[in-house]
Amino acid sequence: MSTARTPLLAINDLHVTVEGKQILNGLTLQVGAGEVHAIMGPNGSGKSTLAHVLAGRPGYEITAGTVSYEGRDLLALAPEERARQGVFLGFQYPVEIPGVNNVYLLKAAVNAVRQQRGLAEVDAFEFLGLVREKMKLMHIEDSFLSRGVNEGFSGGEKKRNEVLQMLVLEPRLAILDETDSGLDIDALKVVAAGVNSLRSPERTCLLVTHYQRLLEYVVPDIVHVLVRGRIARSGDRTLALELERRGYDWVSGQAA
Amino acid sequence: MSENARQLETLIARGYQHGFVTEIDSDTVAPGLDEDVVRLISRKKQEPAFLTDWRLKALRHWLTMREPHWAHVKFAPIDYQGISYYSAPKSRKDGPKSLDEVDPKLLETYEKLGVPLHERARLAGVAVDAVFDSVSVATTFRERLAAAGVVFCPFSEAVRTHPQLIEQYLGSVVPYTDNFFATLNSAVFSDGSFVYVPRGVRCPMELSTYFRINALNTGQFERTLIIADAGSYVSYLEGCSAPMRDENQLHAAVVELIALDDAYIKYSTVQNWYPGDANGRGGIYNFVTKRGECRGRRAHISWTQVETGSAITWKYPSCVLRGEGSIGEFYSVATVNHHQQADTGTKMIHIGRDTRSTIISKGISAGRGQNTYRGLVKILPSAHAARNFTQCDSLLMGGECGAHTFPYVEVKNPSATVEHEASTSKISDDQLFYCLARGISEEDAVNMIVSGFCKSVFKELPMEFAVEAQNLLAVSLEGAVG
Repeated sequence: MSTARTPLLAINDLHVTVEGKQILNGLTLQVGAGEVHAIMGPNGSGKSTLAHVLAGRPGYEITAGTVSYEGRDLLALAPEERARQGVFLGFQYPVEIPGVNNVYLLKAAVNAVRQQRGLAEVDAFEFLGLVREKMKLMHIEDSFLSRGVNEGFSGGEKKRNEVLQMLVLEPRLAILDETDSGLDIDALKVVAAGVNSLRSPERTCLLVTHYQRLLEYVVPDIVHVLVRGRIARSGDRTLALELERRGYDWVSGQAA
Repeated sequence: MSENARQLETLIARGYQHGFVTEIDSDTVAPGLDEDVVRLISRKKQEPAFLTDWRLKALRHWLTMREPHWAHVKFAPIDYQGISYYSAPKSRKDGPKSLDEVDPKLLETYEKLGVPLHERARLAGVAVDAVFDSVSVATTFRERLAAAGVVFCPFSEAVRTHPQLIEQYLGSVVPYTDNFFATLNSAVFSDGSFVYVPRGVRCPMELSTYFRINALNTGQFERTLIIADAGSYVSYLEGCSAPMRDENQLHAAVVELIALDDAYIKYSTVQNWYPGDANGRGGIYNFVTKRGECRGRRAHISWTQVETGSAITWKYPSCVLRGEGSIGEFYSVATVNHHQQADTGTKMIHIGRDTRSTIISKGISAGRGQNTYRGLVKILPSAHAARNFTQCDSLLMGGECGAHTFPYVEVKNPSATVEHEASTSKISDDQLFYCLARGISEEDAVNMIVSGFCKSVFKELPMEFAVEAQNLLAVSLEGAVG
């Protein structure tokens, strides 16, 4: 777990405000390579804010604290730079981009990473083969290839598309923001299988979730409970089960 | 009477005074417009009497007209007597001698557009005869067209080789009385394209101005006439997809299309005249009249336009659906950035039974650009069971631009079906961030989103044109976000 090596992601005393309102309030968290951490917490505790701040979304003011990723200052990088360095955010509400083909976007994303690494553009034929293979894993139909980005997708399709993108991009740090919300049990299993297929000693995953249900299928190494913008409690996966039994009030009360 | 005669006398005298500076050396008429100038133009072009008379009737009518101002555009007064109405193609030796003499900024744009090197030289007006052999290309395509019986030549040549077709069709869709700018064009038009596709012939290649000799020097008053005889098909591509700097302020062209029974004319335009600088200085006033008539049964005319250039674009490629069961289509992308203004759209005039029309308009506004869609769908009493579908979408980039929609619908036959859909949207921060979070640069993301927005129009363009149109869009919207 936390070895002597530099952790892949180290968040230290992070304070973030949105439109003057304090959302993250001294959050400290270290995540090592190969680990899966679950970030749980009641609504409004700052889970999604954390996910967005790590991905570099504009509109968040960082008033104090640091975030280092692979030993570098993550907050100094533009969002597209972060993505090219291996940071991936799976969106809670993936946006529709009408007329832009799914595969086109995905290919542009892969090529952006490759360009960063000084590699040639991906071969179109090979790329399509890879995408089809991952689509099969995510139970995504072939018609997906010709559709616009998230255009007319159901909630479940959008989430599966997020995981598909993650599988193709193979990020070092995957942040999944409530990817499980709104999924039925079959879709949840598919999504979980996708996430599990990516687990490896080099890759790290932050699962932001409201319910412990996902954690039955993607078993985390550590569970953190976020309350009022800071980690109130950390533990192994039994913490998630206990939370489900006793409710968030249990931790909120302790943190107060 | 004597007073009038004196005035006439003065006018004529002034005409002489404004005549050719030197006929032999420069072949350019001095600024100003009167009957003598029109006669000179017609004589220079060795035109038959009917055409000279037609031009003169147009001029006399024009003198009674006033410059219209109903469009949603603003421009400084145009001094019509300050324009030179005839200039023979510039001598090649006046142009730059090599690419080294060409404005580097222009070359940079060509590079971004991916225009091949030899092509760049041609577009920039470099005398390149020695560099590549354009003559052989021209000859090959001429032979192929001639074998199919297709006539494709400069308008002035057609006047000499096919006067009967010109007399029959010229002004039959856009009469010389049509509107201020079309009337002016009728009086002074310089040159343009002429196309005739015989009965039952499918034109063996896309006709484009690329192949037309002297296409670059046709000047500001072009006249194009395309006739598709019964059962024929032709696809015509207009315009140079690379920017052409042009000192001329006013560009008043006329395009007339005639489709007879079962004929299909597909007319695609990528317009990228000089839009003026970022502060709105300079640029072309593109005041163009384009109209096609489906004269025969089941005739089909389709306009596709991508308008990215010009300081002001003011045009409404239209279809007169006279033939029973005929079809009119209009697909448009109009982009304005900086201080550009566009007032564009179409008119679909349903006269025949069972006529159908489709209008898809995509307006993109950035900077301080003002973009107006203006469309008329008119269903006459004779147009039983006519149908129209209209979709107008506007995309705004930034907070200082504007999008305006003026759809006019006149239905005089109760059996008609008319549908109209409209939307206005912004490139959302969510869409932009979604792309950024996938490692895609902001510039690429904007281009991707805009291209997606225009997809339903781009897919109507011939393949190679579609790619160029996308590149053009990217260049014209450079710096529009962020």
